[in-house]
Amino acid sequence: MVVAVLSIAFIGFAAAVLLAFADKFLSVREDPRIGLITAALPGANCGGCGFPGCDGYARALVAGTAPNGACAAGGGECAKAVAEILGVAATATEKRVALVKCCGSRSEAIRIGDYNGICDCNVAAATAGGDKGCVYGCLGYGACANVCPKGAISISDGLAKVDKRLCIGCGKCVSACPRRIIALVPASASIHVLCSNPEKGPEVRKVCGVGCIGCRLCERNSGGKEAGHFEFAGFLAKVNYSNPPFDSQIVSKCPAKCISEDPHTGSGH
Amino acid sequence: MRTVKSSFKFKGGVHPAYHKELARGKAIERMPVPAELAISMSQHLGAPAKCIVKAGDYVRRGQLIGERNGFISVSVRASADGLVKAVEKRIGASGQYADSVIIDTTATAPEAAPSAEAFALKPIAWRSATREELLQRIEEAGISGMGGAGFPTVVKLSPPPNKRCEYLIVNGAECEPYLTADFRLMLERADRIRAGVEIMRKILGHPAVRIAVEANKPEAVVALEKAFADIEGNVEIVILPVLYPQGSEKHQIYATVGRIVPEPPQLPIDVGCVVENVGTVAAIADAVEKGECLVERITTVSGDVVNEPKNILAPVGVKYSDLVAFAGGTSAAPVKVISGGTMMGFAVSTLEIATTKTTSGILLLSEKSVFQFTSQPCINCGRCLRACPMRLNPAAISKAVEADDVATAERAHVMSCIECGACSFVCPAHRTITQFCRRAKSSIRARIAAEKARAAEASAKKESSK
Repeated sequence: MVVAVLSIAFIGFAAAVLLAFADKFLSVREDPRIGLITAALPGANCGGCGFPGCDGYARALVAGTAPNGACAAGGGECAKAVAEILGVAATATEKRVALVKCCGSRSEAIRIGDYNGICDCNVAAATAGGDKGCVYGCLGYGACANVCPKGAISISDGLAKVDKRLCIGCGKCVSACPRRIIALVPASASIHVLCSNPEKGPEVRKVCGVGCIGCRLCERNSGGKEAGHFEFAGFLAKVNYSNPPFDSQIVSKCPAKCISEDPHTGSGH
Repeated sequence: MRTVKSSFKFKGGVHPAYHKELARGKAIERMPVPAELAISMSQHLGAPAKCIVKAGDYVRRGQLIGERNGFISVSVRASADGLVKAVEKRIGASGQYADSVIIDTTATAPEAAPSAEAFALKPIAWRSATREELLQRIEEAGISGMGGAGFPTVVKLSPPPNKRCEYLIVNGAECEPYLTADFRLMLERADRIRAGVEIMRKILGHPAVRIAVEANKPEAVVALEKAFADIEGNVEIVILPVLYPQGSEKHQIYATVGRIVPEPPQLPIDVGCVVENVGTVAAIADAVEKGECLVERITTVSGDVVNEPKNILAPVGVKYSDLVAFAGGTSAAPVKVISGGTMMGFAVSTLEIATTKTTSGILLLSEKSVFQFTSQPCINCGRCLRACPMRLNPAAISKAVEADDVATAERAHVMSCIECGACSFVCPAHRTITQFCRRAKSSIRARIAAEKARAAEASAKKESSK
């Protein structure tokens, strides 16, 4: 009995001494800023910054291998907080959100076949080029919605729509789309051209009732070429997001009805 | 030479309705050159050819318009005299866009244009020619496999030095429903097949030859027997049981010589076999003996809405609509149009697609012959397991891919899938199992390519830091 008590007490004491020494000499000191930055980041672990989760990005920030402001989900506020922790000047970043540049719903865009295979845009696009007449149009089989970590993309009437309030701008949908018609745009911009077809007007008209025909009326209504609110690629109008237009008159005057005011909240046309 | 019955029957396979009676009695007809041709630069497996003509050029039949671009690639030649109207992206049967040379064949030749003789290849006396000369000719003539996959023939005929070809297998199975192009070729041009076999035998170092024909083509067997009657060496015509997919390379090897090709990336040459389609063999004979490039092929236009189903010898690059018009048009609007056979072909949404070297058939089907379905969940009946000729578990693979679990599909050997469609054919729940397999394969291939690129980048970085 006595031997047992003594030996257990001795082992306990020896282990305590060992642990005390180990804590003193073998401990790894982690930079406290990593924890602080991780707490300041949104914690969505979306991977949009290119690092494995928010913790990975925080480590890279402290190590100086990542630029501040790569977190699209956190935006400017988050970048400011991180800059404070790191003790550097904050760089202004604007929150960006995804935009599906197509408004050819089932009732407007022509479908050239019946597709009843796997419900995935990439597979549909590999089957005779997809069932949509317009090869620049949204197929509506939800490849973008499937990768969205926030459930911000919904499919209705054969068309993907991004909810601006839920989107964190991680950009996963941009690379998931086989048609490459999703882009990240500044969240503050409210007027968008919802078409990606650069062909001439008659060609666009053949496949879609709401495709951009390149008439340049939007440019004229927004103050002409000098105002620089719109750019043109082929016969396709594009909003110049470094100088976006805000006049809602442009929307109502578009003859093709492919310009929309803030489609994110579903208030399109 | 002797004729034998196949003594090996693979497990699995299905018996689709063959419908070959529509076109099997129709002799090959040559189609006049249409007003416009669209010749794709991507008619084969591997890298697309590099286009070397531009709008405004006048080209002659047989003139080189696309250069071979890399090892796994094939050159492309013009199928008719004409003016190049444009070089633009056009959609192909598989839904991929490829650079195509659009030729206006009604234009008159400018005086400055070189004569047709300038581009003609000279016939080669192959008995005295070297192996290299013959291979070069096959490359010049732009020959790729004409069975469907379009694998570059030169690559197949130049096995690595440590591997020896023991068997040359000539594929005349044509197991796809409706198609009769290869059947008519064997019937009418058996002498071309014999010449091609002799040339290929010389290139491959005199392997034994097996000519595989399905048992439902007895006339073709008779024609081949006549043509090959006095051939020397080890040559056998093997009659295969009627079973889909008997025309698959791997199953053909098993049915003729009893060898099993291991999992990819192993190839038929790893078990000492080279398999070529009868069409390719005849094209090789024409290229060597007559100096003719591969600029035309036999295409079966069939289906129950086609007025006169036909086997048409047409220039490569003719539009489907022209081919259908040559076959007497349609009696009603087709509900489904398929490029190729019904089992492995591609459904297409327009007839404005141009043929390629691999277009074996165009099928226009009415509502009666097309089954409209909605996919339902798997009921675990196991029919696909019995049907799969590769002895995979298609049910497990399809369920894994449906749940976005490609890793499980890979462990279930989805890369061995030959996409023959037997599983989808027998599925009572009408699941698109083959499409699931295809999706898994493409994402695995993309992952492997990305890994390779990353490894190459890493090694390049290491090099530069040294």
